[in-house]
Amino acid sequence: MSDKEKKQGTSISRRNFLKGVGTGTVAATVVPSVLIGSEEAAEAQAGDAISTATIQLNINEKMYEVEVEARTTLLTVLRDGTDTSGDNVDLTGAKLICDRGECGGCTVMVDGKSVYACMMLAIDAQGKKITTVEGLANGDDLHPVQEAFIQHDALMCGFCTPGFIVSSAALLNENKKPTLEEIKTGLSGNTCRCGTYPFIFDAVKTASRKM
Amino acid sequence: MASWGEASESRLIGKRITRLSGKDKVTGKAKYTFDINRPGMLYGRILRSEVARATVMGVDTSEAEALPGVKAVIPLIEIGNQLRYQGQEIAAVAAETDDIAKDAIRLIHVDLEELPHVVTEADAMADSAPQIREDWAGNQSEPNIREDGNLQAGFTEAAVEVEATYHTPVQTHVCLETHGHVVEWEDEQNLTIWASTQGVFGVRNDFAQHFELAPNQVRVITEHMGGGFGSKFGPGIEGRTAAELSRITGKAVKLMLTRKDEHLVAGNRPSMTQNVRAGATRDGRLIAYDMKGHGTGGISSGAGFPAPYVYHVPNLRTERVNVAVNAGNQRAMRAPGHPQAAFAMDSLMDELAEKLGMNPLEFRRINDANEVRQAQYTLGAQEIGWQRRNNVPGSGSGVKKRGMGVGSGQWGGGGGRGTEARVTINSDGTVEAVTGTQDIGTGVRTVIAIIVAEELGLAPTDIMVKVGDSQPGLQSGGSGGSQTTPSVAPVIKTAAAAAKQKLFERIAPMLEAPVGDLRVGTGTIYVVSDRTKTITWEQAAGQLGMESISEGGHWDEELRQNGAAGTQFAEVEVDTQTGALKVIKIVAIQDCGLAINRLTTESQVNGGVIMGLGQAILEERVMDPVTGRMLNANLEDYKVPGTFEIPEIKSIVFDTHRRVTGVGEPPCIPTPGAIANAVYNAIGVRIRELPLTPDKILTALAEKKA
Ligand code: FES
Ligand code: FES
Repeated sequence: MSDKEKKQGTSISRRNFLKGVGTGTVAATVVPSVLIGSEEAAEAQAGDAISTATIQLNINEKMYEVEVEARTTLLTVLRDGTDTSGDNVDLTGAKLICDRGECGGCTVMVDGKSVYACMMLAIDAQGKKITTVEGLANGDDLHPVQEAFIQHDALMCGFCTPGFIVSSAALLNENKKPTLEEIKTGLSGNTCRCGTYPFIFDAVKTASRKM
Repeated sequence: MASWGEASESRLIGKRITRLSGKDKVTGKAKYTFDINRPGMLYGRILRSEVARATVMGVDTSEAEALPGVKAVIPLIEIGNQLRYQGQEIAAVAAETDDIAKDAIRLIHVDLEELPHVVTEADAMADSAPQIREDWAGNQSEPNIREDGNLQAGFTEAAVEVEATYHTPVQTHVCLETHGHVVEWEDEQNLTIWASTQGVFGVRNDFAQHFELAPNQVRVITEHMGGGFGSKFGPGIEGRTAAELSRITGKAVKLMLTRKDEHLVAGNRPSMTQNVRAGATRDGRLIAYDMKGHGTGGISSGAGFPAPYVYHVPNLRTERVNVAVNAGNQRAMRAPGHPQAAFAMDSLMDELAEKLGMNPLEFRRINDANEVRQAQYTLGAQEIGWQRRNNVPGSGSGVKKRGMGVGSGQWGGGGGRGTEARVTINSDGTVEAVTGTQDIGTGVRTVIAIIVAEELGLAPTDIMVKVGDSQPGLQSGGSGGSQTTPSVAPVIKTAAAAAKQKLFERIAPMLEAPVGDLRVGTGTIYVVSDRTKTITWEQAAGQLGMESISEGGHWDEELRQNGAAGTQFAEVEVDTQTGALKVIKIVAIQDCGLAINRLTTESQVNGGVIMGLGQAILEERVMDPVTGRMLNANLEDYKVPGTFEIPEIKSIVFDTHRRVTGVGEPPCIPTPGAIANAVYNAIGVRIRELPLTPDKILTALAEKKA
């Protein structure tokens, strides 16, 4: 290979549990030729036979049996998973936005605490109680946070909204009467690009009064 | 000519009404393109260039094709062609799962012969720079020159002068739903596309043309979409690629950009550099303005901005060039060109005012011909407490210093022809309103429901609104330029009025009254001269029998107006030890004509302010000159505003008349200038480059001391 001829490394391979370790920075500061090594590692990994396991998950008080790989995230199961009975899980409320624990769009509750579903492996969610935005309402009765978000127009495009709803509900589980600063801290793991924050803060305050 | 009537007569228009899509959005039921799962659907991914400039010598897809679960691999660039920026498309795959698609992408081998690149404006404009665009000598477009009055005479008349350089970097849109499509061919002639787009019909026509189909053979659906901000008007390469993968495999294909792709190739706001020399007379009139500027819109796009901005200067010369760099192209981003122009102009205004020893607000009043903004200056100064600002910038005591600033903006947003709509009244009393626009988060669905409900005496929730689907064949334009509401509202209103008229004609005989005597009440229809003759809406509609009423509407100039002035005031606090900047409060006064829904209009203003805030204090695409890559193509290093950055925002919907004007873009314009001026007022050193990060603030403070 001549000096000029380079093989392109597409990206450094990363298993899901390594997410967020700053691969972007590494990839951007090394010269392309250095990437070839990691590319080969990636190929080896991709070429390995992939083993799967069948696990059971308790989502919104319903049991699902799904086949997953070791690397499958909880978010992938929720959005794209298929129950062994053949039904799609199809809980698409939680969104994949950043894919590395930076935005909160994928927030769900695991045993009552908010968790980034893009950062949790599906196998680690076994035996836990998972609640998604779809499971917050009680039939037609919306959760007070959901009511308050509508009332205050705490949503625009709404893509970030499921994550904010779940984070807000989890916050109020732990702190019944949060101050504005506590609301900001509690929701600091969520991002909204439309800029709905002021009305979100209002909504959480209203919800806290109603709970 | 129709009119929206007096505010006192409006039952719904101008009130605060919660949005129709609220329940679906808070329960996770709202389906975005990203959420569409079709039977047997495949997942598409695109392999993109990691280098900024290279010739493609070979692409080997055989290993990827052999991977179990991979259904198609297609090349997206020809051997021998040049890659011209990081992120450019090389090949695409479709596979049974997204993880397999990711694996397959890694198994494609690409041989490249790298070429010298330039990714910063400075590098591109250097004498020794490699020529990256054949038609632009020195990587620069022909200068765009404008002259007015007599510059020389202007400077002679000037009592004070300022010479300064202002710069804003490239900013990316960061739509939370990335660009993407789900494409499904029913047969060789018909396809359905779920698109995350701001322009359902634009996407339909593009696909139809690309695949040589009649427009009605292509159906585009955008029920909900997760943000566009100007970057989502066409299918792009990714959309056509998804359609191609779907055609080859005979399966539905979902292809969404990754977060990294989104930063690299899905558009950005161009950079701006202005070298300005300007003068004002002793009595505070802008008299001379000489500006040489440039910006980059990427490898093959422009970087325009208006200069001077908002304020009139009689004698001027401006010269602007576009600079090519090896990076993804710009796309329209919320008020294209304006926030960066406003930042430069508002900074300049403050610098001139200081040289004149004049209050910056007073200086603006003298030079601003816009009466709406004149009124906003007064209101805003009251709201923020302008008299509390430092008369001598930087004179506050203590480590944390506060300051205040003001900024201005101007936008069009008058809408235009081209929307078709239907309002249908059925005999069971249900009402449908259908048009081909799309709700990109601004709440146009609710706006439509409010207008129809007002006209028919019903509640907004009584109206079934259908938007975001090309199939009914009722065209509407793309949602850009703050044009959606002013384009759609007149047509919806006239359609609803026509449907009401038809209903009146049908029931007038029963009520034994002339048609002209009928009025709608709240859920009723009555005879104005004899109120005992009142029937319910259902009774009236019941008269229709099997025949629904379905009426179209038309464009009406009188129902909308162009021109939206805005003014913002900012109060900030700067920690002079750490350089940390905290925006305390923004007062945003936004002219918008008639606000159909005051609640969602306030949301829009808040949203604009927050995007402007991001541009002011956080956002910057950072390119590495050596590797040619973007260093912060993620949401950790490219920071957008989060909860901690949000100040108290007082959004004032300044509705000056009873005609509709769009308001999606203008509220982001004055924010950076207002914040930058407030920082100056706090610390007494001017930072002429965005974003206003702690390092810049500390450097500026150190230079002041030295
Ligand atoms: S997608 Fe999980 S945190 Fe962003
Ligand atoms: S509402 Fe659009 S991103 Fe939050």
